[in-house]
Amino acid sequence: MDKSRVVLVRSFELWGLPLRPENRLDMSKTLRIKKGVDIRLAGAPSTECAAAPAPKLVAIQPPDYPGLTPKLAVKAGDAVDAGAALLYDKTFTTVKVVSPVAGTVKEVVRGAKRRIMSVVVEASGEEKHRDFGVWSGGDRDALVAHLAEAGVFAGFRQRPFDVLANPSDTPRAIYVSGFDSSPMAASTAVVLEGQLDNLQRGLDALSDLAGSGGVHVGLEAGDSALAGIKNCKTTSFQGPHPAGNVGVQIHHTAPINKGEVLWTLGLQDTINLGAFLKTGKYSARRVVAVCGSEMESPRHLKTVSGAKLADLGLKVNDGSRVISGSVLTGTTAGMDGYLGAFATQVVALPEGHDPKFMLTEGWLSPGLDKFSASRAYPTWLMPKGKTFTLDTNQNGEDRAFVVSGQYEAVFPFDIYPVHLVKSIMVNDIDAMEKLGIYEVAPEDFALCEFVCTSKIPVQSLVREGLDALKVELG
Amino acid sequence: MKAIHNLIQSIKPHFEEGGKLSRFWVVFDSLETFAFTPGHVTSAGSHVRDSIDLKRTMFLVIVAMIPCLLFGMWNIGHQYHLSLGQSSDILANVLVGAWKVIPLIVVSYGVGLGIEFLFAGMRGHSINEGYLVSGMLIPLIMPVDVPLWMVALAVAFAVVVAKEVFGGTGMNILNVALTARAFLFFAYPKQLSGEIWIHDVATSKAGGMLVDGYTGATALGHLAGTVGTAASEASAATMSLFADGGLFSLSNCFLGLIPGSVGETSAMACLIGAAMLIWTGIGSWRVIASFLAGGLVMGVLFNLIGANAYMTINPVHQVVMGGFMFGMVFMATDPVSAAQTNTGKLWYGFFGGLFSIMIRVFNPAYPEGVMMAILFMNVMAPLIDHYVIEANIKRREKRLTVAAA
Repeated sequence: MDKSRVVLVRSFELWGLPLRPENRLDMSKTLRIKKGVDIRLAGAPSTECAAAPAPKLVAIQPPDYPGLTPKLAVKAGDAVDAGAALLYDKTFTTVKVVSPVAGTVKEVVRGAKRRIMSVVVEASGEEKHRDFGVWSGGDRDALVAHLAEAGVFAGFRQRPFDVLANPSDTPRAIYVSGFDSSPMAASTAVVLEGQLDNLQRGLDALSDLAGSGGVHVGLEAGDSALAGIKNCKTTSFQGPHPAGNVGVQIHHTAPINKGEVLWTLGLQDTINLGAFLKTGKYSARRVVAVCGSEMESPRHLKTVSGAKLADLGLKVNDGSRVISGSVLTGTTAGMDGYLGAFATQVVALPEGHDPKFMLTEGWLSPGLDKFSASRAYPTWLMPKGKTFTLDTNQNGEDRAFVVSGQYEAVFPFDIYPVHLVKSIMVNDIDAMEKLGIYEVAPEDFALCEFVCTSKIPVQSLVREGLDALKVELG
Repeated sequence: MKAIHNLIQSIKPHFEEGGKLSRFWVVFDSLETFAFTPGHVTSAGSHVRDSIDLKRTMFLVIVAMIPCLLFGMWNIGHQYHLSLGQSSDILANVLVGAWKVIPLIVVSYGVGLGIEFLFAGMRGHSINEGYLVSGMLIPLIMPVDVPLWMVALAVAFAVVVAKEVFGGTGMNILNVALTARAFLFFAYPKQLSGEIWIHDVATSKAGGMLVDGYTGATALGHLAGTVGTAASEASAATMSLFADGGLFSLSNCFLGLIPGSVGETSAMACLIGAAMLIWTGIGSWRVIASFLAGGLVMGVLFNLIGANAYMTINPVHQVVMGGFMFGMVFMATDPVSAAQTNTGKLWYGFFGGLFSIMIRVFNPAYPEGVMMAILFMNVMAPLIDHYVIEANIKRREKRLTVAAA
């Protein structure tokens, strides 16, 4: 490489200018993600991690699995072991979704058009696991079948479309994000405590599943929790949310092209995958950050995915919204709801039902307690350590697109977000493809939705676009 | 505050469906949401939302216009007294200005918002905040003595033809305020090139009270007269106005002590507005900076050509004259009619600035080049964005062929 190019690339890095992956000098270097914003919410979890009481009720909720068309494998009243199939996918019939605990199927909750919303299991409290046998090695197809049968494969998602992976594909690469950058996220160090062996075993298995691109783990710059992992490529990312989104990490290392398939798997799901291969028993272990301004003593809790939130011993202020998942992408669960299949946070926020008078709290107010990614309120001048209590008010009414440049500032992709969203609004499949919809998931647009002056529901639009494209392509 | 809330809630039933005043629901709804950000909570997607909304955004733009408005008011009085050769104090100047400007503002908002309410009622959507800014911009780009009925007509034309037929705020192609100005310019060319730049200048002239040699023309009006003759043959009297100590000296133009539209004369006030817009992030620095660069580049090019007196004006002097600064800060930055992509904004601004100076010098019939230039670039903005996005698409396609190879 000639010297002038080195100088050029270095200065690009110094100024944080966008650099295409192939032009980078050193692949193991830290990548700086400049675009994005850290929403500084009050109620971040401490590093304390307690074991939650064993939940009495646990639910599997098919809407947590985009792309999965659920078919029931059980009926109400059936006794199930942990790891026994509750559902399977209509298209990929080998892919099972299994019960996290042993017990009895209490009910199957259906929504509009008899869509299955959840399968609730009443835990018996026994440690009865279906034994799938310790994985002693074998070819790739056998491994996929082994994982699919035990419900582990249901955790894999594919890009494009951010849906359930197709077990007959061989993905170019498998990506795992080693950290969560969303507000008040669970700490990787806490999640990983005592689990490094399982993680490594999981990564080893992923490298058997991945194609030529291998396994890629995105690390948080300056965090050594994942130091020493092998059998994978790593890249450190520095910068605000969404640096921890796997989509961002893919885009900045080896972006998806049309026709390619990548798989993604969550960090905790990779740990559980490793644990499963070692023991032959399905693991639904989940470390969640219980946090938010309305949560008493925000900390980490060890539980199982799908646990009923009321059973976790949480203390939440009255009238607050309890969210399973992050404030940006989670679903409103309430204390009667269940922890989502992939949720790593339970957040309690104040509801924002009260109208805000313009002069004191509204649009003409000084707004000394108002968080904004823009500089429209003086809070951007305050020290970076200050945290804010945000409620669930929309803070404005729905409008057409007026402001420009806003999404771009929090969207670290070489993609024009507003134009992509507009192409989705008019259902222009051709334009969606050209504008790069293959690379994105709704979660990548969460901050666009957050910052939007016109309060446009961007994430649901992107999901609609992905679904429309998937249908179009068959 | 609680009392206001209770009052609003108590009269709300009359405006809701089935109430006596239900046809005025739009009016009620807009006033209610004006006073109180509604208690709408998020139902899907991100549970928390940024504190910014369109009302705050528009409010900050209006705040940025205040220096121009206040200075404009004062300057109207200043020019008036100057034309009569009288000395005056700040208060007297501002009073004359307020006497002229407040009716303009009232007419602009009255007519504009009236039409907005009408369309919102017809279409059953809530009032958008876009006109809050347009309604303040329009008075600031009007000549001082423009008849109010003309303003009303221009506002009606702009709101209906430039905005509502396209679907309202966010959908327009042309800047609404500039459309109002362009309408007057083309519909009433005689009146608009007449003696309306200084309060009562025609009456003063008829009464013989005008200071000797005072014409009441704007800087651009004077310079337009020099086009067509070689630089060396330009009238010395005209050119001396632009030298140090003249009415249109660099410092007078920068401070804004010159005749012109209500709010446009002071480059300094415009730059204060620009600083506020850039500081709050509401106005695009890309547009403002590249627009200025475009104007300066054209000014330098004209200096190099030097075919007439107009071309020999110092580029810095060029950009502080006329509506260039005002257009740059408040018109070109309109996010709806400008280019949407960051790269596109640089091109959009640069050519906007370039054409502003080019049009004013090349075509003396259109002394206000900035208006034409920005409207032209409004039309071109989607094309610029198209090419920027095409480049992005090509980049992605190229990546695909590299990966396939």
